[in-house]
Amino acid sequence: MSERRRPTAGTYAVLAIPVALLTVFFVIPLGMMLAASFYHRISGGFYEPAFELDSWRRLFSTVFIERAVFSIGISLLAGAVCIAIAFPFTYFLTRMRRRPHVALLILVLSALSLSEVIVGFTWSVLLGRAAGLSNILVWLGLMDEAVAYQPSFLAVLLGLSYIAFPYCVLTLYPSLTRLDREVTEAAQTLGASPWRTFWTVVVPISRPIILAGFLLVFVFTLGSYLIAAILGRPQHWTLSVFISDQASFNANVPFAAAMAIFLTALSLVVVGIVTLIESRTRSLA
Amino acid sequence: MRALKWLVTAFTIVFLVAPLLVVAIVSINENRYMDFPPEGFSVAWYSALWTDPAWRSAIVRSLVIAAASAAFATAVAMPLAYVLRAYRIRLTPLLFSLGILPFMLPPVITALGMQVFWNATGHVGRIENVIIAHGIFFSTLPLIAIALAMETMDSSLREAAQTLGANPRTTFRTVTLPLLVPSMITGYAAAFVLSLNEYIISFLVAGFSVETLPIKIFNSLRYGFTPTIASVTIVFIVVAATVFTFSALFGNLLRFLGADPATLERNQA
Repeated sequence: MSERRRPTAGTYAVLAIPVALLTVFFVIPLGMMLAASFYHRISGGFYEPAFELDSWRRLFSTVFIERAVFSIGISLLAGAVCIAIAFPFTYFLTRMRRRPHVALLILVLSALSLSEVIVGFTWSVLLGRAAGLSNILVWLGLMDEAVAYQPSFLAVLLGLSYIAFPYCVLTLYPSLTRLDREVTEAAQTLGASPWRTFWTVVVPISRPIILAGFLLVFVFTLGSYLIAAILGRPQHWTLSVFISDQASFNANVPFAAAMAIFLTALSLVVVGIVTLIESRTRSLA
Repeated sequence: MRALKWLVTAFTIVFLVAPLLVVAIVSINENRYMDFPPEGFSVAWYSALWTDPAWRSAIVRSLVIAAASAAFATAVAMPLAYVLRAYRIRLTPLLFSLGILPFMLPPVITALGMQVFWNATGHVGRIENVIIAHGIFFSTLPLIAIALAMETMDSSLREAAQTLGANPRTTFRTVTLPLLVPSMITGYAAAFVLSLNEYIISFLVAGFSVETLPIKIFNSLRYGFTPTIASVTIVFIVVAATVFTFSALFGNLLRFLGADPATLERNQA
């Protein structure tokens, strides 16, 4: 589409439909959630219109700060784990012949399409005591007794890294396929070893996209609910689990709403940074 | 470096496949409990998916929600993507962001917003609430797919139709729309698969009355293990792998994922 046409009244009528739907079912609910964060909670799971700052004040409580710091920390860690594996993997992938290249992409996409509940379940089996890793080690005679590696912090971290890994690969993929072989060959002609080329040429060129991938994993895992709920103990719960728990089982919607607004603001800041990075790399290309 | 390449690739494959392999073994275990090594071979847990009415109704319910919400998502995305890319609209960046935002934010935010919204209307715990919530949340996927197709569309095709006397309506129906169908299908399929897997929105919107497949799996996990969970997992994986294998064989998967064909060819040489 080279040149864009001048809109007519009909154009606006067509445009009005999706905009109205998004307004009614997204913007208004978000606004109502913001309003609900000021409402008064009545015991028994209800709330009534009011204007009080109780729920917002609870954002300064130890229990919330603990959850927020834990969530941000484990999501940053998952981002680091994902990038550490996904970056070299995607780099090598884009340099493979077509057949293994496509096969590995299908594997990545299949992992991507798995429901969080399924990922949580598969890791709980693998790290469990009934039919998991330790059972295989016992069967091989390498261990005396089967042990359970979950629920634990490490299990949550592994699960989060697993669900975010495919997204991380797909973020890195477009720009790494565009990294021309000539660039790395030039470095090697000048005497750099492949290892040195990777560290001094490939990684520095890719710095913006590495940061974008890292931040996307961060936002993505921040939103994960089931992984922490299945593979962790309550002290490993992320903000999303805590919010949902307040909204459903504890029936404290105003507090859940205040936390959700906090999470929205945090995510918006990170998404804004990613967009900025991506528009900058695009203008360089 | 060559050693590192194999190490990283092998590690990634093991990381992605290991949990699935363990579950595949569990799913064919004759025994009702998890055991290793498995005892006997049985496909009973696969047939239970369809013969057990609780599992079957969860599967059917999830398929209905996925099909309807993906259609709703595409219906929201199509006019938005088309108008914003074909016409000069002043608020284009803002309106496009409005379509991207739901998916960019953690799902728990849409989930809670929708819960508050439906509570206020008094229309609570219905399947259509979940369909609308999913449709809005996943409309970003067809929106991006269709907008990309509009950006790369050759405008000379439309001009040719108009030179030959077609009015704008006929041009849209006979030229633009058919060219957009593949990306509409791509967007629909992506929304369908993700809706099928979605948990937290369904749960907060109508989790106690509309039991979708992920909710059913999670509930069964809480009340102890049944091998049916393992067999449904394997079915999911096989379906996903088949869909992507077909799109690699018959569509241009690499291009869709953002690869640059020219550079790719040079690098693979």
